[in-house]
Amino acid sequence: MSAASHQGTTPYYFVPGPSRHPVLASVGLFFVILGAGQWINGHGWGAYSLLFGLLWWAFVLQQWFREAIGESEGGLYGDRVDVSFRWSMSWFIFSEVMFFAAFFGALYWARVHAVPSLGSLDNAVLWPDFKGGWPSAVPGATASPAGIVEPFYTMGPWPLPTINTALLLTSGVTLTIAHHALVAGQRSKTILWMWITVLLGITFLGVQAYEYWHAYNELNLKLSSGIYGSTFFMLTGFHGFHVFVGMLMLLFITIRLMKGHFTPERHFGFEGAAWYWHFVDVVWLGLYIVVYWM
Amino acid sequence: MSAVLDPHGHAGHAGHGDHAHDDHHPHGWRRWLFATNHKDIGTMYLVFSLTMFMIGGVLALGIRAELFQPGLQLVNPELFNQLTTMHGLIMVFGAIMPAFVGFANWMVPLQIGAADMAFARMNNFSFWLLIPAALMLVGSFFMPGGAPAAGWTLYAPLTLQMGPSMDAGIFAMHILGASSIMGSINIVVTILNMRAPGMTLMKMPLFCWTWLITAYLLIAVMPVLAGAITMTLTDRHFGTSFFSPAGGGDPVMYQHIFWFFGHPEVYIMILPAFGIVSAIIPAFARKRLFGYTSMVYATASIAILSFIVWAHHMFTTGMPVTGQLFFMYATMLIAVPTGVKIFNWIATMWRGSMTFETPMLFAVGFIFVFTMGGFTGLILSVAPIDIQLQDTYYVVAHFHYVLVAGSLYAMFAGFYYWAPKWTGVMYSETRGKIHFWGSLIFFNVTFFPMHFLGLAGMPRRYADYPMQFTDFNMLASVGAFGFGLMQVYFVLFIVIPAMRGKGEKAPQKPWEAAEGLEWEVPSPAPFHTFETPPKLDASATRIVG
Amino acid sequence: MGLVGLVEASKKMRINVLWNSARREVARLSLGAAAWTATTAAMARNAVNDLPGGPAVRQLDLHPPVTRIAESQIWLHYLMLAICTVIFVAVFGVMFYSILKHRKSKGAKSATFHESVGVEIAWTVVPFLIVILMALPATKVVVAMKDTTNSDLTIKATGYQWKWGYDYLKGEGEGIGFVSTLDASHREMSDAGQPAGDNYLFKVDNPLVVPVNKKIRIITTADDVIHAWMVPAFGVKQDAIPGFVRDTWFRAEKTGDFYGQCAELCGKEHAYMPIHVKVVTQQEYTAWVEGERKKLAAKADDPSKVWTQEELLAKGEKVYAANCAACHQANGKGAGPIKALDGSPVVLDADKAHQIAIVLNGQNNGAMPAWKQLSDSEIAAVITFTKNSWSNKTGQIVQPADIVAARK
Ligand code: HEA
Ligand code: HEA
Ligand code: CUA
Ligand SMILES: [Cu+2]
Repeated sequence: MSAASHQGTTPYYFVPGPSRHPVLASVGLFFVILGAGQWINGHGWGAYSLLFGLLWWAFVLQQWFREAIGESEGGLYGDRVDVSFRWSMSWFIFSEVMFFAAFFGALYWARVHAVPSLGSLDNAVLWPDFKGGWPSAVPGATASPAGIVEPFYTMGPWPLPTINTALLLTSGVTLTIAHHALVAGQRSKTILWMWITVLLGITFLGVQAYEYWHAYNELNLKLSSGIYGSTFFMLTGFHGFHVFVGMLMLLFITIRLMKGHFTPERHFGFEGAAWYWHFVDVVWLGLYIVVYWM
Repeated sequence: MSAVLDPHGHAGHAGHGDHAHDDHHPHGWRRWLFATNHKDIGTMYLVFSLTMFMIGGVLALGIRAELFQPGLQLVNPELFNQLTTMHGLIMVFGAIMPAFVGFANWMVPLQIGAADMAFARMNNFSFWLLIPAALMLVGSFFMPGGAPAAGWTLYAPLTLQMGPSMDAGIFAMHILGASSIMGSINIVVTILNMRAPGMTLMKMPLFCWTWLITAYLLIAVMPVLAGAITMTLTDRHFGTSFFSPAGGGDPVMYQHIFWFFGHPEVYIMILPAFGIVSAIIPAFARKRLFGYTSMVYATASIAILSFIVWAHHMFTTGMPVTGQLFFMYATMLIAVPTGVKIFNWIATMWRGSMTFETPMLFAVGFIFVFTMGGFTGLILSVAPIDIQLQDTYYVVAHFHYVLVAGSLYAMFAGFYYWAPKWTGVMYSETRGKIHFWGSLIFFNVTFFPMHFLGLAGMPRRYADYPMQFTDFNMLASVGAFGFGLMQVYFVLFIVIPAMRGKGEKAPQKPWEAAEGLEWEVPSPAPFHTFETPPKLDASATRIVG
Repeated sequence: MGLVGLVEASKKMRINVLWNSARREVARLSLGAAAWTATTAAMARNAVNDLPGGPAVRQLDLHPPVTRIAESQIWLHYLMLAICTVIFVAVFGVMFYSILKHRKSKGAKSATFHESVGVEIAWTVVPFLIVILMALPATKVVVAMKDTTNSDLTIKATGYQWKWGYDYLKGEGEGIGFVSTLDASHREMSDAGQPAGDNYLFKVDNPLVVPVNKKIRIITTADDVIHAWMVPAFGVKQDAIPGFVRDTWFRAEKTGDFYGQCAELCGKEHAYMPIHVKVVTQQEYTAWVEGERKKLAAKADDPSKVWTQEELLAKGEKVYAANCAACHQANGKGAGPIKALDGSPVVLDADKAHQIAIVLNGQNNGAMPAWKQLSDSEIAAVITFTKNSWSNKTGQIVQPADIVAARK
């Protein structure tokens, strides 16, 4: 079903009627933050509240999106709504970029400023033994100013991160192939390449999980390994989380494709997910260079 | 939406392009809970922020009561720090920011001739996210150890010492951030994509321009705040060392990240105010806004500069000379575009034909008192002077001049200006004037003496102070209670009657020379407006045909 | 013309005289208002006088400067104030003229102009130039302020929750170190809501002593959270950041007592960690250093000395009052999140190691701070005190030697 065939009934700009989803989604998030805040302070019940909130929220979102997809497929979204989606997705991705910027900024500050100055002559009054090298496990030097961090090895680019780079870059290509196929009206080809993309994403996550296992068990590199561990895990961890989200988006898009949604002309759902995936890809390239190589 | 408390939604139905859409009209509690109407959501935002303003104000009165005389009389120092922290957080994130979003919700679609916000359901989501966040924030007072007490700036490593309420606070801020980002995306998209044909960007009312730019600031910096407090969270609970030098981190890094957010944040709280004032001054001077184009450029310049001045909050942390100089120069530059705005307003008034109804009083009051706050900001930006004044009451005076007499006054002005459109009734001019003069006088009684306290070296966030500071503190406390009473008056005798539809019926355009599409629809504005885009005249301020 | 020259010039121009008379005028006005407040409040308050070197009653201005930097800061402030006042008067003169004349009620008809590129450029460029004018002298002061080289004396100021530790690192007096805490009676007056005295909240047990006319470099750092070391009369305020050192300097040109307070929110007792600097002549300073040296030698702990219980308890009580009572309370019951010591299993435990470890290293992310800066005998004494006070009657004794062992 295409929107175009409904041109006659498409409103100038579709404004949905009253909806119970937003308020219900907020209720879910209330339990999420309540539970999370209590759980990390040692109250076991918090975990249940968190879980309950997340499930509730996911359920509401599912309803919400189902309704929106129905509207979309029902031809209620005209070109203008399509433009709205484009703008909003772009600015959402921009906000995500700024979120990562905070952590990249932290990495920059720590490497270029904090660690060197902790090891500098001025600070010798406080930390006489600290050498201030980055990563902070220079052989023979203490891993942290106060000597509270166990020695660890850092994570180099070989081989896992490079494999992951290849996986993500490839997935960008396969996604583009899928897009071209969709535009050309070759639906089964699109679906095939979408599945390949999703699988590449899942493989990426698998490799990253193994990388973390390797870090914890073989390199003694942990979240608590001083500022190196902090920036390493928070940057790669948030990236991994975004890969997961992007992968879910692609998965849902694939399922929608299989249900017959989208047309060669109108498929912003597809494009939005693709934009997001490319954004995740670009962030990874930044990480690959800054975290693993430099 | 006529009287807000009227369960039947709306009275009139004559809006231009207002199709019969009665089946859409929700009633009772559903109308509010499930709202997708920008006007209803705007109302909810405004009511929410007024509530938070009351709560934040009561906390401020707690502060002022304790500081009425030296020695501890009412609260202990822990609670005092909680009051200060929560006052700051609630006012900034609960009162001022949501109030401006409320204004945007109501006015942006009306001013650009759009049917609603671009994403009506997400709009409601942005609003309803505020509720769990506010519950967590205010509820943190009742957690073991009390509310967060590290200042609204939440500096590490003090935050690492806080009790469980700190985590509640952090999660609440995450949610508030998500709400702001969604709200901003909504506003950006609405403005970029939903203007009626003929409403070019450079014909758009300035309020929409200032909000467009504000929304960009929000999208750019709220995620950075989220990053900073997430690092605090993991430092507290998951063993990271972002802000802990023992593990190679740096407490000052927190400040850099926070102020990268924090400084644009203060302009987030003033740019929409500039927009409101830019609508009101021409209306009551009966003369077109002077220098529209330069207003737009000035707003954009302020926003761009706001990204490179953050470390003026950190002159005493010990930056290299070059750092101090750079941030000092960049900060001082902001006086230039802000000055352009002030001058434009005055040029608008010049040789106008002015009357001084309450909106105009508040707008003129805004210009006058905000400029004093701007000047003290400029004085603070001079690094050597800031060394003396940083973290003293001088800073407290500065930011209340720009926030209370700035943001808050502009919101009062906007309320008096647009409330007839919202509620369909006129406020009482006498009461409005009482509110204005009372607020103006008590405001200055409260905050002017704080300049002296700061110059004399009284540090902020102090539960007790040396005896020499007593008199000015007393004065400030008396003023604060007076100012608070004026706001109670405002709520009881102006807001509530208006919401109950009491008062003279408002004409479609109560202000002789007001311009803009909002005055082209009846008062109160019908539930649905501009469902098909209106046809505009060349100036994009009137509907033709 | 250098800055100092400018200062001189301003003096010649009698700006200060004018300023002072204006200041008296404002003071008189505010006096009236304050008197009114005081009567309304109907409270009998002790008369309070100016505190030389600290705040004055109803002080309207920055502190009288004692260093060149402070003087330049004041001068810059006057300059800024003057420029801003002129602009303010000009801008709002125009506005109020317009408000008075261009009213509809006066029959004013509105003009139609709404832009003028020339005017708009002018009022962009002129403020820009004014700002540059402000920035130039400020730049000089910034550069002077940051020059901490060639100091005669280097002192490390360490912020603790909630006191200052001073260590003389370089120059005459090297090796001296002590802690400076607010006098307990002032803290009690505060709690009781009954403050008194001109030096209320400024009285410390050990002021920082420095010689006059010498360049003193202060290195700041902190042990727990950020504090800030501020002395307004010197024009000095420097954050003390845990784990990092920062520095600032001053050269006091007058002898006397100068006061400041902690200027960065550092937890509940933030208002109670004052700074008192005694500036003395060179001779007095040398004598003071001698005296300190002797005291240090006498105080030096002999870790092998075995103390009696009475000795430990007597010393412990003082240490407790000075350091622990702020949180754990004099009655040992704690408050809110602060744990009680009275009846605490850790305190009652026959194995002393746990309590010693907590006192030395702190607990809960520093909510209970580390006290390793106290001497062995002080820690031994205070632990012994807690083990034998209130309802705690363990009879256990901790000797300095136990602490020495635990520190390793
Ligand atoms: C609405 C909020 C708002 C606004 C608009 C401003 C505006 C400005 N602020 Fe303010 N500020 C705050 C809110 C705001 N501030 C807050 C909340 C804090 C404290 C945060 C905390 O620590 O808790 C703070 C703190 C703060 C500091 C740090 C103080 C310290 O902690 O030591 C500084 C220092 O530079 C500063 C400077 C300025 C400047 C230069 C402006 C300028 O934008 C002002 C520009 C305006 C004018 C100058 C007046 C009009 C101009 C003319 C008439 C033109 C002609 C003038 C000249 C050429 C001089 N502000
Ligand atoms: C954003 C806006 C905003 C607003 C509107 C205000 C409004 C007020 N503020 Fe606020 N303030 C901040 C933002 C704001 N503040 C921030 C960001 C800080 C810094 C926090 C920090 O250091 O971390 C701060 C800090 C701050 C301090 C310094 C605290 C300290 O350093 O320890 C003080 C002290 O006087 C103060 C006072 C006041 C007063 C008296 C008002 C008044 O204008 C409030 C008036 C309103 C009311 C009083 C409510 C209405 C009345 C009632 C509901 C009924 C009860 C009333 C009576 C019985 C009279 N504020
Ligand atoms: Cu130490 Cu404030
Ligand atoms: Cu700022």
